[in-house]
Amino acid sequence: MVLYIVRRTLWAVLVILIVLLLTYAVFYLMPAGDPALRFAGKSPTPESIALIRHRLGLDQPWYTQYGKFVKNFFTGDEYGWPGLGYSYVNGVPVLDQVKERTPRTLLLIAGAATIWLVVGVSIGVLSAVKRRTFADRAAMGFVLFGISAPVFWLGLMALFIFWNKLHWTGGTGYVPITENPTGFFSHMILPWTVLALLFAAIYTRMTRNTLLETLGEDYIRTARAKGLSERTVIVHHALRASLIPIVTMFGMDVALLVGGAIITESVFNIQGLGWLAITGTLNQDLPTVLGVVMLGAVAVVIMNLFVDIAYAFLDPRVRYA
Amino acid sequence: MTEVVLDVRGLSVVFPTLDGEVKAVSDLSYILHRGETLGIVGESGSGKSVSSLALMGLLNKERAHITGRAQLGGRDLLSLPDDEMRGVRGKDIAMIFQDPFACLHPMHRVGDQIAEAVTAHKKVSKSIAEARAVELLGEVGIPNAKERAKDYPHQFSGGMRQRAMIAMALVHNPSVLIADEPTTALDVTVQAQILELIERVKREFDIGVILITHDLGVIAETANTVLVMYAGRAMEFGPAQELFAAPQNPYTWGLLGSMPTVERKLDELVAIEGTPPSLVYMPSGCAFHPRCSYAFDKCTTALPDLRTVPGGHADRCHLTPEQKREALNSIREVASR
Repeated sequence: MVLYIVRRTLWAVLVILIVLLLTYAVFYLMPAGDPALRFAGKSPTPESIALIRHRLGLDQPWYTQYGKFVKNFFTGDEYGWPGLGYSYVNGVPVLDQVKERTPRTLLLIAGAATIWLVVGVSIGVLSAVKRRTFADRAAMGFVLFGISAPVFWLGLMALFIFWNKLHWTGGTGYVPITENPTGFFSHMILPWTVLALLFAAIYTRMTRNTLLETLGEDYIRTARAKGLSERTVIVHHALRASLIPIVTMFGMDVALLVGGAIITESVFNIQGLGWLAITGTLNQDLPTVLGVVMLGAVAVVIMNLFVDIAYAFLDPRVRYA
Repeated sequence: MTEVVLDVRGLSVVFPTLDGEVKAVSDLSYILHRGETLGIVGESGSGKSVSSLALMGLLNKERAHITGRAQLGGRDLLSLPDDEMRGVRGKDIAMIFQDPFACLHPMHRVGDQIAEAVTAHKKVSKSIAEARAVELLGEVGIPNAKERAKDYPHQFSGGMRQRAMIAMALVHNPSVLIADEPTTALDVTVQAQILELIERVKREFDIGVILITHDLGVIAETANTVLVMYAGRAMEFGPAQELFAAPQNPYTWGLLGSMPTVERKLDELVAIEGTPPSLVYMPSGCAFHPRCSYAFDKCTTALPDLRTVPGGHADRCHLTPEQKREALNSIREVASR
C-alpha cells in the first residue's frame, strides 16, 4: 500500500515536469516574435522589455531557460513559492494575484462539489432502486434539464428570481467568509447551486447506470441469497462497487474546475481564478495566464493522484496489482 | 423413510415478455429428504436453475409469475411475503452458484462476507460472527482459516472460493442446500474435491442437497435421486440407481448416450439431434417429440403424464413399457458393439 502510494506520487511528479515542459514550450518557444514583448503586455516601455528579457534569460539556450523555469516553480523565486513570475501589466507578482483569487475558486468548487455529490448520488440511487417508477422518470427529467440548461442562462435566471424579485439571497460579487459569514453564504448559495446543477445531473445518470449494472452482478445475488435486507444489499454491496467510476469522475471534474469555473465566476462576478485567466487573456498579460494554466495543470495531476490513492482504498485488487 | 425437508408441488414459472409468455418451469413437483442428494439434470434452458431461484425467492416478482407450493418446515416458500422470505433465505434454505469468481464481492474480505451471513439472521457481536466465519472456513477445508479469512476473494483460488461459498451457505445449518452447477467453472481435479465436500457437509450438517448440473457423471457419483428436466418439465424422476440401471425416457437415453466415458471415444458419442425448443412457442404434445426418434402420432398431440412405471419410478412418455424395454435393449446392443 505504501509502496503503491510512493510509486503513484513519483509518477505525479514526472507528469508535472512534462506538463511544465509543454507549458513552457507553448508560451516561450512557439510564439512568433520576442516573448519579452508579449510578456510586457499592451504598451511596454523599452526599459521594461530589456528588464524582462534579462529576467527571462532569453539570451541563454532553451534548456537552461527551462531549467530555470522549473527551478523557479519548485523552489520559488524572489516573490515566493511556487515561483510564477511577475505580471508587468498589473504591476504585481503573479503569485500574489493567484493567492488572492484561489480561495474564492476553491470555496466555490468545494460548495458546489458537496451539493452535486450528495444530490447526484442520492437521486441516482433512488432512481436505480425505483426503476421504471414515477420517481425514476422524474429523476431522468431532472437530468435532462440539468444537462441541457446553459450555465449562464441558469445563473442569470437564478439571480433575477432569488435576488432581484424575491430578495432571498445576496447578489453578485464575493464576500469573504472571514469578514461576514452570513453574507458569504448568502452570496455563494446561488453560484454553488447553479454550478452544481449540471454536475448533479451527470452524476445522477452515472450513479443510476452504474448501480443498475452492478445490481445485475452475481455477487449481488449472493448478498440477497444470504438473506440481507435490500438496504444492505444496495448500500453495502452495490453502491460500494459503483463508487469507483464516481470517484474517478469526481477527481477529474474538480480538477478541471480549478482553472475553468469561468462562466459561473463571470455571471456571479466572483473574480476567482477563472476571472483572473479571462482578464489576463484580454489584457495580453501572459505571466498571469501562464500562472493560472500551470496551477490548473498541477491541480489535475494532484487530483489524479488522489483518485489513484482512493482506488487503492476502495478496491483491494488495485492494492496488490 | 427419513424426514421430508422440501416438498415442491406444481411449481410453474412464467416470464411475460413482448414476444409472449416464456414458460421456464411448468408444473414441477418433487420431494427432498433430509440427508438426500437430489440431482436435477437437463440441458441449458430446461428450467433447472430458474426453479431453484424461484424457491429462494431470488426471481424478480415483477417480471416472473410464480405459482405452486413449496413446503419447507411448515411454511410455503412461494406464498411468503418478501420480508418473511428474507428471514428464511440463507437461514433455512441456502444456495451456492456456478461461478465462484463472480459470486463473492471483490471488495470485501472473505471472512467479513461470511460473518455478514451470520449477522443477517442472528443478533450477535461482530467478533462472534467472525469467529463463526473462521470456524466454517476451517470446516470446509481452508487451511490456516484464521489468516485466510482476512484475504480478499482475488487472493483465493477458484476451488477455495467455492469452499468459501459453501461455508457461507452453512452458517445457519440450513435444512436445504441448493448447489447450482457448483463445479462447472472449476478444474476437473478441484471438481471432485468440491463434490466430496458437498457430500461431507451433507452428512455432517444433516441437510438435503439439491445438485443442479448438466453433467450426468456428477449425478452418477453423488445423487441419491435424479430428476431429469426438459423444457421446464420433469421428464423422469426416481432413485439414481434405478434410473441409471433402467432409464425409461428417450430423453434420458439421449443424455446417457451423449455422455463420454473412458471406454467410449468421442466419435462413438451420440448427440441428441436438434436444439432445445423455444419456451415461448412450445411444441404441441410432448415438448421433446421433434427431437425424439421414437416419437409417433400421439406424441405430437397429447402431453404424456408423469406416471410411475413398473420398475418403480416416474416417467413422462407415451411409449409402452415393452416398447421401452425393446428400444433400450437395441441401444445397448449398438453401444456394446
